[in-house]
Amino acid sequence: MTQKLVVIGAGMASGRMLEHLFEAAPAAFDVTLYGAEPRGNYNRIMLSPVLAGEKTYDEIVTHNADWYAANGVDCRFGETVTKIDRKAKTVSSAEGEMSYDKLVIATGSAPFIIPVAGKDLPGVMAFRDLDDVNAMTAAAGSPGAKAVVIGGGLLGLEAAAALRSRGMEVVVLHLMGHLMERQLDPAAGYLLQKELEGRGIKIHCKAQTKAILGENRAEAVLLEDGTIYPADLVVMAVGIRPETRIAVDSGLYVERGIVINDQMVTSDPDILSVGECVEHENVCYGLVAPLYDMAKVAAKTLVKQDAAFRPVETATQLKVTGVNLYSAGDFAEAEDREEIVLRDASAGIYKRLVLKENRILGAVLYGETTDGSWFFDMLKKGTDVAEMRDTLIFGQAYQGGGQLDPMAAVAALSDDAEICGCNGVCKGKIVGTITEKGLTSLDDVRAHTKASNSCGTCTGLVEQLMALTLGDTYNPAAVQPMCGCTDLGHDDVRRLIKAKGLKTIPAVMQELEWKTSCGCAKCRPALNYYLVADWPDEYADDYQSRFINERVHANIQKDGTYSVVPRMWGGVTSSTELRAIADVVDKFNIRTVKVTGGQRIDMLGIKKEDLPAVWEDLGKAGFVSGHAYAKGLRTVKTCVGSDWCRFGTQDSTGLGIRIEKFMWGSWTPAKVKMAVSGCPRNCAEATCKDVGVICVDSGYEIHFAGAAGLDIKGTEKLGLVKTEDEALEVIVALTQMYREQGHYLERIYKWAKRIGYDEVRRQILENKEKRNAYYDRFVFSQKFAQVDPWSERVSGKDKHEFKPMAELGFPQAAE
Amino acid sequence: MSDWIEIGKLDDIPPRGARCVNTPMGRIAVFRTGTDEVYAIEDRCPHQGGPLSQGIVHGAQVTCPLHNWVFSLETGLAQGADEGAVRTFALKSDGERILMDASMMMAVAAE
Repeated sequence: MTQKLVVIGAGMASGRMLEHLFEAAPAAFDVTLYGAEPRGNYNRIMLSPVLAGEKTYDEIVTHNADWYAANGVDCRFGETVTKIDRKAKTVSSAEGEMSYDKLVIATGSAPFIIPVAGKDLPGVMAFRDLDDVNAMTAAAGSPGAKAVVIGGGLLGLEAAAALRSRGMEVVVLHLMGHLMERQLDPAAGYLLQKELEGRGIKIHCKAQTKAILGENRAEAVLLEDGTIYPADLVVMAVGIRPETRIAVDSGLYVERGIVINDQMVTSDPDILSVGECVEHENVCYGLVAPLYDMAKVAAKTLVKQDAAFRPVETATQLKVTGVNLYSAGDFAEAEDREEIVLRDASAGIYKRLVLKENRILGAVLYGETTDGSWFFDMLKKGTDVAEMRDTLIFGQAYQGGGQLDPMAAVAALSDDAEICGCNGVCKGKIVGTITEKGLTSLDDVRAHTKASNSCGTCTGLVEQLMALTLGDTYNPAAVQPMCGCTDLGHDDVRRLIKAKGLKTIPAVMQELEWKTSCGCAKCRPALNYYLVADWPDEYADDYQSRFINERVHANIQKDGTYSVVPRMWGGVTSSTELRAIADVVDKFNIRTVKVTGGQRIDMLGIKKEDLPAVWEDLGKAGFVSGHAYAKGLRTVKTCVGSDWCRFGTQDSTGLGIRIEKFMWGSWTPAKVKMAVSGCPRNCAEATCKDVGVICVDSGYEIHFAGAAGLDIKGTEKLGLVKTEDEALEVIVALTQMYREQGHYLERIYKWAKRIGYDEVRRQILENKEKRNAYYDRFVFSQKFAQVDPWSERVSGKDKHEFKPMAELGFPQAAE
Repeated sequence: MSDWIEIGKLDDIPPRGARCVNTPMGRIAVFRTGTDEVYAIEDRCPHQGGPLSQGIVHGAQVTCPLHNWVFSLETGLAQGADEGAVRTFALKSDGERILMDASMMMAVAAE
């Protein structure tokens, strides 16, 4: 006989339960389904992508009208059940009564609204259902709108990221010390915070909300510490509480949630409950996996099959595009636990496994989460990992004893493994685009996928993917043309400029058969540099072939303003200089003044029109351009040396200043940063510079080819010289050799590696004649290069650069 | 209806260079190519707002100074694999004088 089943709540748990029920016994029950929302069941955990605009509501609907009709479900959506009469076995809503044989309560949870003043103002909302999403989307529509999200857990961060991607200014307030403290340890929480901050989301941890301010609607959030964040929208995402009101009213046994046994039956044998509203063995659940387990058990109980709900481990993944984060199990530290940690800060990877007696208890993965399910599987099964312990943290691809072949590792990556972190490009996209568009060169892949197009740290991986996809047809050894305008590489172009005596850009393009009429933004600056370096007295610098920074002698910033860095020789300054800088800062209302890594002072946020006036004032105090924008000599960092330091062996400050005064103004293939340390303690950090000097008792150790940027590399030692004069001579000759041979934008460490460190030593240290020739050529070129570009422009050079051509006004439109 | 306003002379702009015209609706970049054609586009890269007037001009194209997107000065369309466009504004020459169609700017403002 068909029984009458009433279900209160049309969410994910009850939806899944009905699926199981209709599968097991299609005709056993006559079902009435009440739902407070005016719509059927949809995948609530995908609301974040809907909010972010990455999915539509239709894409996340799990049960549509056809499904309910096909299964004969009497749907009462938008109808709230107000009362359960357990004696009469009926439920009531505004529309009337309905009797039941079995009742399932699946009322889910309600967002926790923190009890502060202003919580009821319009503009304050939770993030729980589609109506919330629609309201937030509408709020994000007005330009410059600001949102404050209270709660830095899973839900709050997804909301924050989604609102940010819709262009809102977003602040996240989090009560605890780090984000997602229930799922993440502090290290992963920190990485996540950095990532979100990088997207322009402000994160405020240990933030205690005091009140929401506003007259007729929310206008700002006030914290206990007095901080005020303006807000057009306040999203409360601090947590959920089981929605148990109707169960309490009907006299069911309720603690935090509706208490159920292993069969999902409440204190009334005819009433079951599933989902976020229940409490099982003192635990309430909020993640979807255990809710689905409950649904399965409840369906079986209804058709009188044996089943029991057992608490399960759950894994968490944050659904924010571009953030890879996975956590599972228990990762608290304890005495009998061990941990395995892998950190790769530059790649933004952090992995931590917590083990107890060779079994995985918990896993936190950040940045690289492809092995999450593998670890989780072993965690659930209690797999003994003793045998693979040594390589466990590297993941599944590295198991099985084989040597780590990088190609195999790349091949083993899943299609959604992220290759390029800067641009969020995954393996599948790269491989797919290579095949689809028939790409054969790294430049093509960069243009079409953006992978390896920003910081370039993933270039190796991208090349491996190309080799993997293209097989033998990929030939990275072929000479890379300078750009699409020519088939010649940098070496050929430099050689031919000298051999053919080419002295203008049009001459180079004509003689070397350029394919475009006037080049592109890649080849023109390179050619301009080669001509400046090779013909210092004859070539007229082509400013239109220089990047904006070198054209206006300042650094363009993201908002189109500029930053100005005057030279501070060897990092030494004076009260007069500092006073002059202070005056300029005040006069031009300069927003940010920043001490740079190269021991000088950066003034940021200067309007282009103001640059000449700023320079004029700085020039009066004796400042010249610091070339902080140049492919040229930047800084010579120093320590205080034998003048002050009790360990100093030589006058490192004096040598640094001497080098800087000798070499400033010279153009080089890429920027050149130097340093002089007064003793091997190396306070000036000379051993990661393009050229560095370590002073020792017996003289000066000259170092070169260091790097501390995209790559980190200690310097190579060039040799030891006895006197300051010799040190200067060697450094100048080395720089000139690089100026004559380097490819444009190729730093010294890359150039030196390409031609060989020994070759540099042979030409600069061992061959006195060559060294002198390099030195002389540098000195000659400095005659033309050592002109302060700032004072030139103060005197009127290039004045068109700094003024608009016209100002047009339309009074009727300007209001 | 066109409304031509003089914005300057050809010689005000360096060949393969650009100058800006400030308008109530924002900055407009006026370019002069190596072969003395002039073009005007909005001075704002659709990628991250870079000032295109500050980019390197090659042929009838400009490369954004911030992240190297390339735009056609004739059509305003992003070149290569990038997708996007900037607004273009009509110019005409009268001898050395360069004139811009102000009615187009008004149309922009009225939107």
